[in-house]
Amino acid sequence: MSSPSFSISPLRAEFGPAIERHLVSCGDTIVYLARERAHDILAWLKETPGQEFNYLTDITAVEYRDPERPLEVVYQLRSLNRRVDLRAKIALNKWEPMEVRSVWDLWRGADWLEREAYDMFGIVFIGHPDLRRILMWETYAEGFPLRKEFPLRGHFSRAEQTRQALAANPEAHYSMEELSIAEAYDELPADMRERLARGERGFLK
Amino acid sequence: MSLRTVEMALATPGVNQQGQPTRVPLGVKDRQPRYDEEVGAEHMLVNIGPQHPATHGVLRLVLELEGETVKRCIPHLGYLHSGFEKLGEYRHYNQIIPLTDRTDYLSPMANNVCLAMAVEKLMDIEVTERCQVLRVIACEMSRIISHLVWLGTTGIDLGAYTPFLWSFQERERIYNLQEMWTGARLTTSLTRVGGLMADIPDGFEDGLREFTRTFPNTLTEVDTIFTRNAIWIGRTQGVGALTADEAINYSLSGPMLRASGVDYDVRKDRPYLGYETYDFDVPVGEHGDIYDRYRVRLEEMWQSNRILEQALDRLKSLNGAPINVSDPRVILPSKSRAMSDMEAMIFHFKQVMDGVKPPAGEAYLGIENPKGELGYYFVSDGTSKPVRWRIRPPSFINLASLPKMCEGALLSDVIAINASVDIVMGEVDR
Repeated sequence: MSSPSFSISPLRAEFGPAIERHLVSCGDTIVYLARERAHDILAWLKETPGQEFNYLTDITAVEYRDPERPLEVVYQLRSLNRRVDLRAKIALNKWEPMEVRSVWDLWRGADWLEREAYDMFGIVFIGHPDLRRILMWETYAEGFPLRKEFPLRGHFSRAEQTRQALAANPEAHYSMEELSIAEAYDELPADMRERLARGERGFLK
Repeated sequence: MSLRTVEMALATPGVNQQGQPTRVPLGVKDRQPRYDEEVGAEHMLVNIGPQHPATHGVLRLVLELEGETVKRCIPHLGYLHSGFEKLGEYRHYNQIIPLTDRTDYLSPMANNVCLAMAVEKLMDIEVTERCQVLRVIACEMSRIISHLVWLGTTGIDLGAYTPFLWSFQERERIYNLQEMWTGARLTTSLTRVGGLMADIPDGFEDGLREFTRTFPNTLTEVDTIFTRNAIWIGRTQGVGALTADEAINYSLSGPMLRASGVDYDVRKDRPYLGYETYDFDVPVGEHGDIYDRYRVRLEEMWQSNRILEQALDRLKSLNGAPINVSDPRVILPSKSRAMSDMEAMIFHFKQVMDGVKPPAGEAYLGIENPKGELGYYFVSDGTSKPVRWRIRPPSFINLASLPKMCEGALLSDVIAINASVDIVMGEVDR
């Protein structure tokens, strides 16, 4: 279980106050990054010789039960050469917009992980090329399931959920992008194009 | 042909003003038919799944084709989304173990081990030696059955039926052993925080010993039928290849990462459960294509067999040793003590009603699962239910490289590439 521990001092020397604080929990090093500089710091951690955090293990988010406490975006980083792990966090206060810069340009592995964090927590990753819901369907309207204010059974009543599930037309589940592949989108009647643009997929009554 | 596909895909959605479903005329019949030289001009939209045997579960792929070449692949997930991470926030730590059975349901025992280890990391508990050896046995048995499913289904996807029967025969023997040990074939719920649900029963060691003795015969047969098979080589070599840099950039793990030539195995590089004391090798590929992934997984089964043999040898000297730590925070007092001793009974009651209570803090623990690195990330606020339980799902992250691998491949290669990722939708969708 033992592995070389991460040294915080080069990071502090380079970025100073942008490293808000750091701590060790159960042997894992955690650093809190200022949101404005987070992308620069993560890029620096990836590119700088001696750091080489070339592997993005995971991206997720944590919301605490205490509603005052900020939500955290969590990056699990790893240097495959040095066999060192580091957990970087960005704290997002509830009154601020839920936005951070995407790290898709640094690690392609971030693509689906950021989409999942958006899907489950509503965090917007600015610069992500295709930020859509991934596990829930595109027109899902109940909110973000892993937020603490989201009840375990969902916001809608069971009857409403059943009604919507039965009303969905499964054959209409092509996204706008996919319809445009077929080059037939332009041939749809105008009212239907408008409905598709609004996100309606057609309901069978 | 392409025009027809467009019509089929688009003619269904929509309602008219009265709310009745309409069929939308696409003006297809007004078009002039196109001939050979222009066939490539129109792209075709092909939908595979979610109900399709070659997508290994409820994965849906929308493909943009030019002729038979894939221009773009758009995966759709979530058909098996069960909200396990949300559910975990409403359960005691030990109550989460049955949920882990149902994520990667092809290697449930390894998931159970990972969960117990993550909570033990949070509570700073070191399990007993016998428990460690038994957990190694559980992990390696899981690796073998998971790789056997992969081998069999991939063989079927590429037209080879016989190895599927062989691998499922072998898998059945491990399932029988699992049933002996845990009472369940699929939903094992083997571990508890600080130990195991049960010690192995009489006859288990002999059964596993017999398995490790005869299992190499099957591996040799598979090796004979696949490794130098012209069809197999033709369908797999050079298909779906990823370089080492790409594999790292896409956060791949497990056999997918190692097939691309990156030498990283959690068992070697971040040893847990005493893996550093076992003698085994980690196969590493070179080309990162489907063939190398096959070779890596086949070799891993040989190595798992070796580890199982060594673990069985160790068990001999640990007969009768405890499987649970003696820590009243996590382990129930014995039934006889609980029925005769007041203190023990109170502990028993508190333990069942309140559950395990790790101190406030957080821990991430990753183990080498058959599919890749499975990680459980717990955030605790000191109560008996986690604030956050995050699964780092190896097959979800490996699957994210599918659009990249499919680009420029043939339609029939998509099936092979998808099979080579070794996904299990229970874990992808969670």
